[in-house]
Amino acid sequence: MNKKYGYLSLILLAMNGVASLTFAAELAVKIGIAGPLTGPQALLGKDNENGARLAIDEMNAVGVTIAGQKAKFELISEDDQADPRTATIVAQKFADQQINGVIGHLNSGATIPASKIYHDAGIAQISPSATATAYTAQGYNTAFRLMTNDSQQGLALAQYVTKQLKAKQIAIIDDRTAYGQGLADEFEKDAKAAGATIVAREYTHDKAVDFTAVLTALKSKKPQVVFFAGMSPQSGPMARQFANLQVKAQFVSADGTRTPEFIKLAGAAAEGVIASAPGVVLEQTPEGKVFINKFNVKYGVIQNYAAYAYESTLTLIEAMKAAQSIEPAKYLPFLAKIQRHGAIGEIAFDAKGDIQKGKVTIYQVKQGHWVALN
Amino acid sequence: MEVLLQQCINGLVLGSIYAIVALGYTLVYGILRLINFAHGEVVMLGAMIGLSVMQKLINLQWSVLPIIFISLLIAMIGCMTIGYLIERIAYRRLRHAPNLAPLITAIGVSIVLQNIAMMIWGKEFVVFPPIIPINYYSIHEATINSLQIGIICLSIIMMLGLRYLIQATRLGNAMRATAQNTEVAALMGININHIISFTFILGSALAAVAGLMVAAYYGLAHYDMGFILGLKAFTAAVLGGIGNLTGAMLGGLLLGIIESIGAGYLGDLTGGILGSNYQDVFAFFVLITVLIFKPSGLLGQASGERP
Repeated sequence: MNKKYGYLSLILLAMNGVASLTFAAELAVKIGIAGPLTGPQALLGKDNENGARLAIDEMNAVGVTIAGQKAKFELISEDDQADPRTATIVAQKFADQQINGVIGHLNSGATIPASKIYHDAGIAQISPSATATAYTAQGYNTAFRLMTNDSQQGLALAQYVTKQLKAKQIAIIDDRTAYGQGLADEFEKDAKAAGATIVAREYTHDKAVDFTAVLTALKSKKPQVVFFAGMSPQSGPMARQFANLQVKAQFVSADGTRTPEFIKLAGAAAEGVIASAPGVVLEQTPEGKVFINKFNVKYGVIQNYAAYAYESTLTLIEAMKAAQSIEPAKYLPFLAKIQRHGAIGEIAFDAKGDIQKGKVTIYQVKQGHWVALN
Repeated sequence: MEVLLQQCINGLVLGSIYAIVALGYTLVYGILRLINFAHGEVVMLGAMIGLSVMQKLINLQWSVLPIIFISLLIAMIGCMTIGYLIERIAYRRLRHAPNLAPLITAIGVSIVLQNIAMMIWGKEFVVFPPIIPINYYSIHEATINSLQIGIICLSIIMMLGLRYLIQATRLGNAMRATAQNTEVAALMGININHIISFTFILGSALAAVAGLMVAAYYGLAHYDMGFILGLKAFTAAVLGGIGNLTGAMLGGLLLGIIESIGAGYLGDLTGGILGSNYQDVFAFFVLITVLIFKPSGLLGQASGERP
């Protein structure tokens, strides 16, 4: 019996050897993608995965040669549940597999703790969607992102408010969360630098629904613009009370407010409200439209960041091609200096790993819909 | 000056809502010496039921007044049923249990109701449909709108009605007797179970109205809106002297005004050291100060342990 199996395994071994011989010309490249695939943000996580998969399929179809070998890209998708702790487990898993590069994570909260593990393992990471300034401020040479960060968004908003709206007197409210406070601080700094006066800095919290007292206090200081840094469950009722108290100022907010939910909650008071969102409007560029069509055919409607996941993957592969190596240590310098044009516009990184000239789009509610202004 | 006036108007509207919810706490406490922490959830259910009915009626293309009236009525009936069931199922068997048992049960009921609401209406915000036409009026540059006037008027009517019910009817007489001494009241031929059930039903009807007022004022309702509201109203009841009806009304109005003025002036008064994010801290600071000097609340009587 034993002998018989022994022969069989010998034969199998030999076959295996032949098989690896035939594929020896192929170079297996493992690219990891991490994001929430379960829970309330599962749709966004799947969207990113689809974006990355589209890029990988295209590259495999076109055929990429790295150091004389035909590269075969493989996407390994992991679920970080949008949870910082799970994100570090996923990151460790990727590090143990000696993966060649990571696209992710989706949330800032998950990306930041994971980035330390990637840095220690020397793995390059491009986040398609994390916006917290802290991510690239850690000084890791492995951390990159394509999404506009919060300080770039704060600057763009401040410029819009001071230049376009010509506001001299600005009031600021934030919700005291890491996001709201950070964004409000950036906005305040940049608005002051542009010559505006901050007439009031007020606060609320992320469970509040009554802002009448705060808004009344603001109203007496006669601001031309009231900027709120926070999410739509607060900005919706706030916009209503803003109208009820007849505050004669322009209500401006950021990406936490630029949601369909805000329009639902604010009702008629949503009309005319201005809010920003990081990133480009894909519909406005020919490259963006091409991507939308490609994506729609394969995966249906884009949820949010698919184009960014797609471009992150292509950018990573482009750096490997330039370096003629799939080892992060070799291709990282090329990734840092990359210059290319994609569905989301010009892609180049600054010294910290943030995208240069990160785009911010300003929207306004017109007839119950968010309409891009620039 | 107009800022102070405006803050007082804001506080008055907020305070009227607190007062109506606080009445529910104080009614039950007066009779059972039980803090019914599920009361905030009944307010939330009132808002949710009312909004659902409202949406149905709007789809049937009714006109504004019948929609408001019918949805208010159905919300009240719904909450009265829920209030009755809460007492019957959760509290009645614990009436003679040690004080902590019904208190913990109340917290449990509150969690159960919140989760039921989450299952029925989801985690999304339910929006108050914009059917009430809002007119604005100016008093010395301060603004008040028809909705706010409506809330204040409705609260005053309910408070007066409740006062009449408690002070001038046989039922109110029986309630007061039960509050003073359950056993003696029973000896006088009062059906204690009926009175206690009625108290819960009455408090829940008030809660339903308060729920719809909150939903109309903020334009939305959410499955966890009852918690903070309940906490504030409970604070108002304690501030006024829990168990005392006039105290609950006074406490509610005071808390609303203190909060508004606190949020409006705290930043200016402290030179920006304490901002408007301390508005709740300020309200509780006032509460603690009152309780230090008058532990039974503003209008509460010092009461010994009940036999």
